Amino acid sequence: MNALKILVPIKRVPDPATTIRVMSDGSGIATDNVKWVINPFDEIAIEEALRIKEKQQGEVVLVTIGQTTWQEQLRTGLAMGADRAILVKTDAPLDALAIAGILAKIAEGEKPDLIILGKQAIDDDSNQVPQMVAELLGWPQATFASKVEFADKKCTVVREVDGGLETIAFNLPGVISTDLRLNEPRYASLPGIMKARKKELKEVAADSLSVDLAPKLKIKTLAAPPKRQAGRKVASVQELVQVLHTEAKVI
Amino acid sequence: MGDVLIFAEHQLGHFPKTTLTAIHAGLELAQKRGGKAIAVVASDAPDALAGDIAKYGVAKVIALTSPALKNYLADAHAQALANLVKAIGAEYVLATATAMGKDLMPRLAARMKAPMASDISSIGDDGTVIRPMYAGNAMATVEFEGPVKVISVRGTAFDAAKPGDAVAPIEKVNAEIDSASTRMEFVSFNQTKSDRPQLTEARIVVSGGRGLKSGENFKTVLEPLVDEMGAAMGASRAAVDAGFVPNDLQVGQTGKVVAPELYVAVGISGAIQHLAGMKDSKIIVAINKDEEAPIFNVADYGLVADLFKAVPEMAEEVKKAKAH
Repeated sequence: MNALKILVPIKRVPDPATTIRVMSDGSGIATDNVKWVINPFDEIAIEEALRIKEKQQGEVVLVTIGQTTWQEQLRTGLAMGADRAILVKTDAPLDALAIAGILAKIAEGEKPDLIILGKQAIDDDSNQVPQMVAELLGWPQATFASKVEFADKKCTVVREVDGGLETIAFNLPGVISTDLRLNEPRYASLPGIMKARKKELKEVAADSLSVDLAPKLKIKTLAAPPKRQAGRKVASVQELVQVLHTEAKVI
Repeated sequence: MGDVLIFAEHQLGHFPKTTLTAIHAGLELAQKRGGKAIAVVASDAPDALAGDIAKYGVAKVIALTSPALKNYLADAHAQALANLVKAIGAEYVLATATAMGKDLMPRLAARMKAPMASDISSIGDDGTVIRPMYAGNAMATVEFEGPVKVISVRGTAFDAAKPGDAVAPIEKVNAEIDSASTRMEFVSFNQTKSDRPQLTEARIVVSGGRGLKSGENFKTVLEPLVDEMGAAMGASRAAVDAGFVPNDLQVGQTGKVVAPELYVAVGISGAIQHLAGMKDSKIIVAINKDEEAPIFNVADYGLVADLFKAVPEMAEEVKKAKAH
């Protein structure tokens, strides 16, 4: 087995249990009282990288793009067992293409064998960055992965697609995006949290990477979605089937 | 300017309904931007499929062909499409946000250094589009900058195009693919065998949640009702996470988005992530023993009951109602 170097980009997002409210001026969402966490699909990516490392040696490097506060999520990932982390610092609003450009640049420096990341961030729900990074590097992509296996330098991935499971293969290096059933992420242990404090966390200024950061996809406004009205309760299965038959006419 | 290239996805030799949705959205976009709608069928043998799609109102069909397009692979397809977009000077490239559309379109966008809007739900008159964010808790109006724009559309947000009398001309184009730069290899496709309708195409969807308690109960309790109603079966993320059913049944933010005439949620509490995938259904029915469950806030008809009693009873009642 060959040792593998794995780069895992992660994103800081509102906890999925948070109620999201759009601000009345449409400029964004209200972030007071929001608890920030690692994007759940990125936790699956960290877990997969750690499992690969445990099986065949190597190094797991985390990277995120944001403000100083995003260190929290990197430390959590280090506490799960990642080896070191990179924070690419910027306050600017970035689109997926700019994010992918930064990640490709980091990958050119780090030269990982694999990049594993979540299939989508649960805040913007775009599902674009993994595919874009793969293209910018000219690497294969295996999105929506539910199983990853290695034989020497060859990686075989089972993908969750419409109507079934697809298996594709490629020789490293490549990009994998994670789907739900790939694994169950571990929690950081107390010794893990202690160790994480001493692990390397390097900061890089986004401006220093010579990547075009100007967003080409711009959010003009946000609005709350139309609210669906609650209907009524029915007393029995008989009544339910009757209203569906006679009133709603759907059966 | 304003021309829209529509990626006509095909699977196992036919077009899923979601492809007709892409055609419809592409026609609307072309009309609003003052351009032509052009469909592209990418395949090693595209002729029959190109003939089919030519009846759906587009100005032209391009049959893009190469032996390298035999199986769908993102790297070869993105290359072939990007070269085509450049050659014909299309302003927009559009597909439905299916598993394939989600996989391909961002790669194509990156190759063209073009912005992409995912999963859009409507098209503005001023070049903007609207797309959901935060599990549908916010609707964002977004605008593009640059000569080429890439879009994936939400399958439930647009109607399916209908065939007409006019048949568009078909142009055969040999795809330009540099095989030295494509390293992905197709191994196999393991199709889920089912006699039921497809989740994204069904008129009725019956979904189960964690309340079903086991995969076995999906089979013995839920499936008889699903089949009695001629429905597709879906599931909440909680049921998928618990390993009760495969992920391709998942309805919600991180699974499929559906909008059938009737959606029956059984033992599903109604987390916002689930609502994101079904709240545009025409009629929603919820069966849950917890009367405080948030699913009742969006249900047209709610039944507070033990699903293990109510579901078999409902299957019986539906059978009776159908006999009338």
